[in-house]
Amino acid sequence: MGTIRLNQVRKVFGDTIVIPGADLEINEGEFIVFVGPSGCGKSTLLRLIAGLEDVTSGTISINGTDVTDVPPAERRLAMVFQSYALYPHMSVRDNIAFPLKMAKLPQEKINKAVQLAAAKLNLTDYLDRKPRQLSGGQRQRVAIGRAIVREPTAFLFDEPLSNLDAALRVNMRVEIMQMHKDMKATMIYVTHDQVEAMTMADRIVVLNQGKIEQVGSPLDLYNKPNSRFVAGFIGSPKMNLLENETLGVRPEHIALSDTAGEWHGTVKFAEHLGSDTFLHVDGGSRGNITVRAVGESSFYAGDQIWMTPDKDRIHRFNQEGRVIR
Amino acid sequence: MATTHSQRLGRWVLAPSLAVLSGWAFVPLVIAIYFSFLRYNLQSDNTGWIGLNNFYYFFTDPYFLKNLINTVLLVSFTLATTVIGGVFLALLLDQPFWGRGVVRILMISPFFIMPTVSSLVWKNLIMHPVFGLFAAIQTYFGVLQPLDWFASAPLLSVTIIVSWQWLPYATLILLTALQSLDEEQKDASEMDGAGPIAYFRYIVLPHLARPIAVVVLIETIFLLNIFAEIKVTSAGGFAGNLTYLVFSDLNDSNDIGEAAAGGLVAVVLANLISYFLVRVVGKNLEA
Repeated sequence: MGTIRLNQVRKVFGDTIVIPGADLEINEGEFIVFVGPSGCGKSTLLRLIAGLEDVTSGTISINGTDVTDVPPAERRLAMVFQSYALYPHMSVRDNIAFPLKMAKLPQEKINKAVQLAAAKLNLTDYLDRKPRQLSGGQRQRVAIGRAIVREPTAFLFDEPLSNLDAALRVNMRVEIMQMHKDMKATMIYVTHDQVEAMTMADRIVVLNQGKIEQVGSPLDLYNKPNSRFVAGFIGSPKMNLLENETLGVRPEHIALSDTAGEWHGTVKFAEHLGSDTFLHVDGGSRGNITVRAVGESSFYAGDQIWMTPDKDRIHRFNQEGRVIR
Repeated sequence: MATTHSQRLGRWVLAPSLAVLSGWAFVPLVIAIYFSFLRYNLQSDNTGWIGLNNFYYFFTDPYFLKNLINTVLLVSFTLATTVIGGVFLALLLDQPFWGRGVVRILMISPFFIMPTVSSLVWKNLIMHPVFGLFAAIQTYFGVLQPLDWFASAPLLSVTIIVSWQWLPYATLILLTALQSLDEEQKDASEMDGAGPIAYFRYIVLPHLARPIAVVVLIETIFLLNIFAEIKVTSAGGFAGNLTYLVFSDLNDSNDIGEAAAGGLVAVVLANLISYFLVRVVGKNLEA
């Protein structure tokens, strides 16, 4: 239970083609992350799967049944929204109970399910509060509670952490991963943050202008990007693109020396983080090069530096931005 | 965070406008209270204190009870039609359709027309038993004696006019409120399995609770003072409200003392009614 399959899914709004045709197969229990810059169509793709938007053509099937024309509630999917979309006039209890109430479950069953979900999410003490009396993280948990009580076949997350502050985001990330581990449910997670994508996903789907650029495990995408776009999007700091953007090398795959090497440059800035040092180097005719040195580096702004890229880990791209293997 | 200094400064800065405002509000009230205890009739020069007699005359006026009931009926029917109709129209106008902008402006226009003008139009062009639009429709369907609205159903007729005037106001307020409803709430409720009716009942209506309370409060204050529509349509004898009774005391009997007493009674009643209405409406919808 929990497979989702997109077959030539196409979405057009008026004259704009948002999704030109997406094929994707999501396996049971997988944690899939849709990632891409804003406006790449990742949220639209999620809403198409949810049933909140109608597909222009193509089919969507869940667990082998075609659900292309099935209304959202009957697809048995649950969604967590960016703004949480809690019902402001209802208590936490009523918010969590709402999908069950709509499904016309008997009251005692509803109460039991709500209690269970609240206990799982540490919300038991807040059941009688209104959403406005909760913190951002608690609201997020209520939204998740409302999703899990329905026991859906899959969970959809639409940038759920982008309204939280940095520290809380890391905590919630871990909580969602824990939840995935416990429930073994299929999850689709939309984000523009490649760190979230890399840390959470079983497989990442990289979207660019509505097209699926590449699908693969985080390290697959990191090590073998299909295109310049994926190469530039995955990894932080960004991959260096040199020689008219035909040569790509990651900051961490460059060896440093203060005496000799393949490339020569001058350090412009050095970011000493303790665990790493990021050096921004002026490479002369090569342009700017970012280099990562492990640990505390002895290079400072103004120093001369020689760099040697790791031959096995450079990426070659053709003019269209495709990788040459 | 205000310091003691800035608070003191604030008080001084506020003082002049506060003084003007309280003068504006209290002087007429004090004069009315003063008059209400006087024998003060323009038809006699016998002036002096008569204690609470003016109130006694006002309450025992044969028209008092009738006009009080008229007031309550007029206010409550108009509130019901404008709120229910307003919710309905706001939902309709919130849908995307061709020419929505124009329709919205047309919708608001009754509110811009002076009550005297619209009352005249309603009386002579729409509800007139001979030349009126309604009469024409009735005649078209073969009715020989079309309804004479202001003779047969004066209060209903006035209520219809007033509702027509206030429906745009309610619609406008409720429409703006609808537009502030988060789209994701709709998506979420759709995912949760709420159909259109459940969405309206559990999401939209609670969201509208506060604006509805505002509409009820504001409308009540104005509807208690409806006068032009009754005066212009000459429905005062049958559909007169308390405001109209105060007017007849003043105009027909030239009794300034009793009119002042009646005015005070109306003020107290208006406050009481709006207080309870807001409580009831606010509580029922908020839950």
